[in-house]
Amino acid sequence: MSDAVRVSGVSKLFGTERKGTVAALDGIELTVAPGEFVSLIGPSGCGKSTLLRLIADLDQPTSGTVSVFGKTARQARIDQDYGIAFQQAGLLPWRTVGGNVELPLELHGVGGPARRRRTAELLDLVGLSDFADRYPDQLSGGMQQRVAIARALAESPELLLMDEPFGALDEMTRERMQNELVSICAETGAAVVFVTHSIPEAVFLSDRVAVMSPRPGRIRTILPVRLGSAGDRDEDLRETGEFFAAVSAVREALHGMPAGDGLRGLDLR
Amino acid sequence: MRRTSRTATVIAPIVLGVVVLALWQACVVLFKVKPYVLPSPSSIGEQFGRAFDAVWAGILVTGGNALIGLVIGAVAGILAAVIAALVRPVDELSRPIVAAAAVVPIVALSPVLYTMFGSDVQTGRQLIAALAVFVPVYLNTLRGLRQVRPVHRDLMRAYAATPWQATRAVTLPGALPFLFTGLRIASSLAVISALIAEYFGGPADGLGRSITSAAAYSNYALAYAFVLGSIILGLVFYCITLAMERLATRHSRSPS
Repeated sequence: MSDAVRVSGVSKLFGTERKGTVAALDGIELTVAPGEFVSLIGPSGCGKSTLLRLIADLDQPTSGTVSVFGKTARQARIDQDYGIAFQQAGLLPWRTVGGNVELPLELHGVGGPARRRRTAELLDLVGLSDFADRYPDQLSGGMQQRVAIARALAESPELLLMDEPFGALDEMTRERMQNELVSICAETGAAVVFVTHSIPEAVFLSDRVAVMSPRPGRIRTILPVRLGSAGDRDEDLRETGEFFAAVSAVREALHGMPAGDGLRGLDLR
Repeated sequence: MRRTSRTATVIAPIVLGVVVLALWQACVVLFKVKPYVLPSPSSIGEQFGRAFDAVWAGILVTGGNALIGLVIGAVAGILAAVIAALVRPVDELSRPIVAAAAVVPIVALSPVLYTMFGSDVQTGRQLIAALAVFVPVYLNTLRGLRQVRPVHRDLMRAYAATPWQATRAVTLPGALPFLFTGLRIASSLAVISALIAEYFGGPADGLGRSITSAAAYSNYALAYAFVLGSIILGLVFYCITLAMERLATRHSRSPS
């Protein structure tokens, strides 16, 4: 089976009015195996979200190629090979929770009864079965984000692209959502590309962490952090020595030196 | 707290209205104002009660014209806005025409339209109302259609939605609050235009015609009774479209 994502020699230039062209990404090489969880971490402006948008074919690279399951990113988007979730839940406020989860199925012509069955399954998966008929403005931020994740999973994609989906949540909700995401990934077996600026989050969730540096955005190093299979990862993992060692390793890679003062723009919690 | 303020917002205008009516009545009686200058509220009320059938018939005619105009103008305005939002050249080509249409005093067209469609049918009046409605509905809907949030645009692209699917799933529902605001503004315009158009000719019915003929026969209190009917008609249109607007916007407060 071909790689879930293969990014080779990708650079992305943005034309800005004040500063001329800015290199957002330069010489990016990244491969994500099927079922693998890879986090992109780095300070603000390192191009991690841009890289995710290239994989999703929401933007096009200036040079280099992006392939998803052996196809071009564009073809993969058209074939709906990935599900996506953003930092903003991006729910449609005029649709109920159920209606939001159904949206991709509806757009792709899945019939009514099948749609309702799948929606019930997904809401069960994210623990929101009782909220199917509520509207987004009646839910908390964490619940809205769970709806967005359910929506991203609607078509059982083999690849999940997530752009700081827990970035706007408080720490407690965030850790609970991370636990849920681990179990969802174990259940669905999807590959995940996960953008974050939280080191513990990246370490807890990932098989590998790609550490990026800014101006121009490059992947500085890719660290294997896999702390047990998805099924074994739970709350206790956050207290283990291995976890702290991996957090330190990622932090050192980010600084380019042994951990010392905090790096600007980075969440060191 | 909330309840008292709500009671205040309901009761205060009623009290003010009653006071104004009482002052009006007192002035007319005390200073013996001639009815052709200003009839008293009581005589207007009396005429309204006596001629209620005629007022009601006028409301039906004028209201019917306004409603037909509102529906035609709104449908045309919405369709035109969707097309302008989808096809940018259409928007650019039509912008000067719409700007021109917005400044035309549309009722001024009524004599021409009466000649065009014949002065024994309501078509001219309905078209006047439709034209008056078109502009605010078109402009508001188009503005609403341009308000798509970037995250929703990304989402539609990620779903490989066709332009029409994206329009139906995201753009149109997102534009609904704007559309209904346009409709609320247009509803008053529809009534006003349909009524004013009657001043310029056409069939001898409707509230506008009744006001002019009552005034022509020096029955000023009756003329005011028809004006009262027009106010009621305008309020009904306004309140119904306001309620529709409230209903359409109840969940549009955007979550994160």
